[in-house]
Formats: sequence, C-alpha cells, structure tokens
Amino acid sequence: MKVSYYPGCSLHATGKEYDQSVKAVSDALGIELKEVDDWSCCGASSAHMTNFKLSIALPARNIIAAQNDKLDMMVPCAACFNRFKGAQHHLEKDDSLKAEIEEIVGAKYDASVAVRNPIDIIYNDIGLEELGKAVTRKLDGLKPVSYYGCLLLRPPEVCQFDDYENPYMMDGIMGALGADARKWSCKTDCCGGSLTLGKTQIVVHLVDKMMMMAAEAGANCIVTACPVCFANLDTRASEKGRLPAFYFTEIMALALGLKGTEKWFNMHNVDPKPLLTSLGLI
Amino acid sequence: MNTFLEEVNDRMGGVPIQSCFHCRKCTAGCPIAFAMEYNPNAIIKMIQMGMREKVLGSSTIWLCASCETCVTRCPNDVDIARMMDTLREMAIESGVDAGEKNIVKFHEAFLSSIKMGGRISEPMMLVHYKLKTLDLFSDMGLGMSMFMKGKIKLLSPRTKDMGSVRKIFKSTDK
Repeated sequence: MKVSYYPGCSLHATGKEYDQSVKAVSDALGIELKEVDDWSCCGASSAHMTNFKLSIALPARNIIAAQNDKLDMMVPCAACFNRFKGAQHHLEKDDSLKAEIEEIVGAKYDASVAVRNPIDIIYNDIGLEELGKAVTRKLDGLKPVSYYGCLLLRPPEVCQFDDYENPYMMDGIMGALGADARKWSCKTDCCGGSLTLGKTQIVVHLVDKMMMMAAEAGANCIVTACPVCFANLDTRASEKGRLPAFYFTEIMALALGLKGTEKWFNMHNVDPKPLLTSLGLI
Repeated sequence: MNTFLEEVNDRMGGVPIQSCFHCRKCTAGCPIAFAMEYNPNAIIKMIQMGMREKVLGSSTIWLCASCETCVTRCPNDVDIARMMDTLREMAIESGVDAGEKNIVKFHEAFLSSIKMGGRISEPMMLVHYKLKTLDLFSDMGLGMSMFMKGKIKLLSPRTKDMGSVRKIFKSTDK
C-alpha cells in the first residue's frame, strides 16, 4: 500500500529515531511513504492554547497539501495526529469557519484525506497475522507496557482511534512480535506534555508515578507512539526505578531483524542496551 | 454587555457550561489538579459567579495540559478543555498578568519559531525561550547530551513557501 507521510517537526529532531524506525518498518511491511509536499508545523499545543483559528489554519495547510496525493495520510506523531483530527472535526462541522480557513490558506478543503496513525495502519491494514509472519527474532523476555498518553485517543469522537479508556492495538502488535505485553492502568494517563520546560517538576512527578506502576505490573520497558511522551519518559524520570522507553516501531524493527536499531538506541537518554543484551536480543 | 459566563459560552460554542451539575468527575480525572490553584470544577463555578479577574489571572488555565480527560468523561459533554483554551485566549487579550509566565513565554517562543521557518527549529526555539525567561542553565546538560547524540541540529530544513505560512499568521493575528 502507499500512503502520504507527514513526519512533523519532532520526527526531524528529538524524535529522529521514531522517523527512521517508522520508515524502516514501513519499508519491510510493503508500505510506501510519500512525504507531504513542503509541509509546515501543525502548531501543536502552543497554537490551540492561545489562538483557535491559527490552530485550525496550520493543520489545514498540510491536509490541503496532501489532498493532491489522493492517499491516506500517515501521521506517526500523536500530537500532530491530534491537531489534524481536531482541525478536520471543526472544518467539517462549521461551514463559515471552513470558508474563512480556505480563504486564509488559499485553497479548498475537500474532506478527502483520512488521517491515520501507523498503529492503526499496521494493526488494521497489515494485520497481526502478516506481521507475525515477518518476525525473524521473537522478543522473548521483553515485557513492555503500552503507553498511549492523551493525544491519540481524546476526545474519542474526534480521534476515533482504538478503545479510549483501555486501548488494545499496541498490545496486540507487541504480542505478535513475541513480547509479553503487561496489563497496567496508566495506558491513557498524561505525561504533562509541553509543561516539561515551564513546569518540569509536574512532569517529573507524573512520569515517576508511571515508572512505579509499570514496574509493579512486571514490565521491563515502556513502549510509546508519541515523541512528547517519549522525551518526557526518557529524560524526566528520576534515576531510581526508571525503565527504558522505546518507540513501538523501534521494537518492531528489532523483531523484524531490520538494520539501524543500534544507532537509534544510542540516541536514547536512558540506555536500553543493557536490558536488550541481558535478554539476548542484541 | 455580556456577563463573563455569556462571553465564555459565546466564544466556546457547544454545550453551555452551566450544564455542569458539579459532579467533579473532571477534577477526579485531571492529572494536573494536584498542582492547580483552583481545580477545573472550581473554575466552572467561578465563571458562573463572574470572577473574571481571578479566573483569567489564575495559574490553572496555564497548567492545564490539554489531555482532554475531563471532556472525555464529562456526563454532560461540557468541553472543559476547550473552555481552558478559550480562557487562555481571553487572558492574553485582556492583558492580565499571567499566573504562569514561563508557560506563556514557551508558547510565544514556539509560535515565533514556526513563524520564522514554517517548522520548529528546536535549538532556536529553546534559545528564544531561555532568553525570554532568563532561566539560562536548567537542562543545559541534557541539551548538550542530545546535541552530542545528533538529536539536535543547528540547521534543519524549513518550509519553502514561507509566504503561505506568514499569511496564516497575519490573517489569524488578533
């Protein structure tokens, strides 16, 4: 299959290993990626927290740019995904807003682009059976907890993604790779997001609690699909008791025997290599 | 002349906030309530009581992380997350002294980075934020470590058609 691809700003910077692992996994599973032409930032939290129209116009510019490709749009970053789905929600229910935004962006919005996260594409279009067949190294001993955070799931009528209180797709993917996904109660909790700079202590408090809950659930790592969550888990948890974090696509690449994993793991703040070495996975 | 409550409702659209029957489910599920000056339910009550200055000047509206747990669980579909966005916009427009100045400065630095290059340049955005807040040294070690790992690049590709990005900022500027 072929999809258009919106990496977003984080995936070209602090979330680089997410971008590279999404590309490697997509290639291995036969998903062709076509980058959205001349994309710009989605505006993230800062736009919607301070200026509603800006928070619709910035994503709209990118969705409209993707319309020409006539493909589903893969958006790996949970924050970008949420902004795109939110913009579509408002554009499709408010005609006068739509007309105003079309005037600002200088093109028509035709509601034709399906915005999709790679979890959804891999789970629903590739399927767990096909994924299982592509595994060359079963992840025996790896006990991840799946961490979705906020932005893939809420509000549910906007995101329309997985079960919003107890999501299961990422656990399914981990299971197909041979990992033992642990049940826990923080799947959809908030990491504090962009408060990480202005109010670091709040984020430390939230991620420390999650690390404790993950350990109590018998996990030895945390798997996520959001560069903001990843950065907070990887850099803000207190040293005592912290578990390594991974993007779910890094774990997939490991199980599919793809090249590049070592390079990505070296970019993490919390080194995951001692865990993977002890399990004989690298 | 509208009351504070009517003004918030008009700007938000959707379910009027007086539909709230104060079950406090929003506050029970709020991950940041422990750090807030007034909890989300208290903010709704304060709007109903017309406490404009206290609400717009509170730390609460800036500490809300927009996780949307409140609106997802509200039995009456009050969009509390959108209410917080609306209150932030109103606070900026009214020029009230923000309850959390560094968070406002973060948003300003973030948006000005998009305005300059179409995409966020993390080092430029961070330098801008640090200069605004004069909080120069926190996270220095972390930043250096990310730079050494090749995660932070000084130069990254920008959006080519910057005219269209500038037009978006100009047309939505209030």
